[in-house]
Parts: sequence; structure tokens; C-alpha cells
Amino acid sequence: MGGLSLFDIAGRAMSAQLVRLNTTASNLANAGSVSATADGAFRSLKPVFETVYDAADRATVRVTSVVGAGPAPAMRSDPGNPLADKDGHVWDSNVDETAELVEMVEATRQYQNNVELLGAAKTLMLDTLRLGQ
Amino acid sequence: MQGLDSYFGIHADALRLRSQRLDLIASNIANAATPNYKARDLDFAAALDAASNGGTATPLYRIPVQPSADGNTVELATEQTEFAENAVAYQATLAFLGGRISTLMTAIKGE
Repeated sequence: MGGLSLFDIAGRAMSAQLVRLNTTASNLANAGSVSATADGAFRSLKPVFETVYDAADRATVRVTSVVGAGPAPAMRSDPGNPLADKDGHVWDSNVDETAELVEMVEATRQYQNNVELLGAAKTLMLDTLRLGQ
Repeated sequence: MQGLDSYFGIHADALRLRSQRLDLIASNIANAATPNYKARDLDFAAALDAASNGGTATPLYRIPVQPSADGNTVELATEQTEFAENAVAYQATLAFLGGRISTLMTAIKGE
């Protein structure tokens, strides 16, 4: 053994897509958050996907890291905000809600694809086990 | 056992290659969102030809209909179609093998 089975391939891809879905949820949850400093402002999280090969050239995917990405958080003048600094500035998170929703739909679709693949492959494997009976 | 190998004929190789192709398409679908991943697939006819002559065929890279900006060449519509086609062909091969096995069993039992 040691190589990737079909179930490893689809299973690990599902975990990766789930990480992606979770980061999207975090991003949407923090879409309206403000911060007192530019460094403290929430930056949208993105998972970094990497292909993993086995000796027989089968491939699956893993998440190597989750990084804060996107444009620099925008500064805004809001002296009434309790978080504002001495000049009355706050920093908004850089989450693009539309892009996150699109990302969520795509991650869901790709997760479903792997589930369907797993189901079809399972049927084929069971049919193979029953061969000759 | 050589008699049994030749009795199953091309179907044993075909089943193994169908299974290899299943793994490759699963790999492609798993990497649908990985930047710079290049989708691969077997040229089934060439691979079967090579297998019946005792060789092996290496997977080839798929040519995308519309390349994407992140360098990924997985197109889900293509992969799903290929997967469905391959799954049906896999089951056809299983049916051929099943037929051969039941013929053999009938001969052995003499019923």
C-alpha cells in the first residue's frame, strides 16, 4: 500500500474544500469589523492549495497554510467610533463580500463533486468485489 | 495460470486501466482549485495497446478548452463527462468478466 487510494484522493480534497469554506465563513463574519490600527484590521483569509503526488503519480490536494490576503485595509474617519485613534481614524476589514459569496458557491460545488465521485467509485469497487458471484 | 490469463483476454488489462483512469480523473477533480495543476488522462486505446504488448503508457496532459488565469487546466464539465464514460466502461468490463467467470463455473460444476 502506501499509495493514495481513490478514497484518500476524494477525502483529502473534501477536507481542503472544507477549509476553504470555513475561511469564507470567517471572512463573511468579519466583513464589517473595524480596528483601531492598520495592522489590527481584519484581512480576508485565503487557504493555499498544493498538489500532493504519490509514487504512482496519483494526486490529491492539501492546504499548506491559510494566509491573510487582499488589498490593504482602508482608513476611514469616524471620530464617534469608540475604537477610533487620537485623529479619529478607524480601519475597515478588506473583505470583499461579493467575492466571498462567489468563493463559497465554488467551494460548495467542488465539495459536492468529490462526494459524487466517492459515491460512484464506491459502487464500482463493490461491484468489483462481487465479481463472479 | 497462463490458460486462465488468456481466457480472460483483454478484459483483465482493460479493468486495470479503467481503474487507473478512475484514479487520474479523481486526481483531476480533487485538484480543481489548485493553481498551476495540469489535468492528466490516459489515452485509453494506446494504453490498452501497450498493455497487451506487455508495456505501459504514461498519462498525457489534457488540452483545456479555455485556459484559466491561474494555470489550472481542470475543467469540471470535461472531467465529469470522462468520469461518467469511464465508470460505464468499467462496469461493462466487469460484466464481460462476470460472464466469462459464470461460463467457467458452469463448465466446472457441469450442471
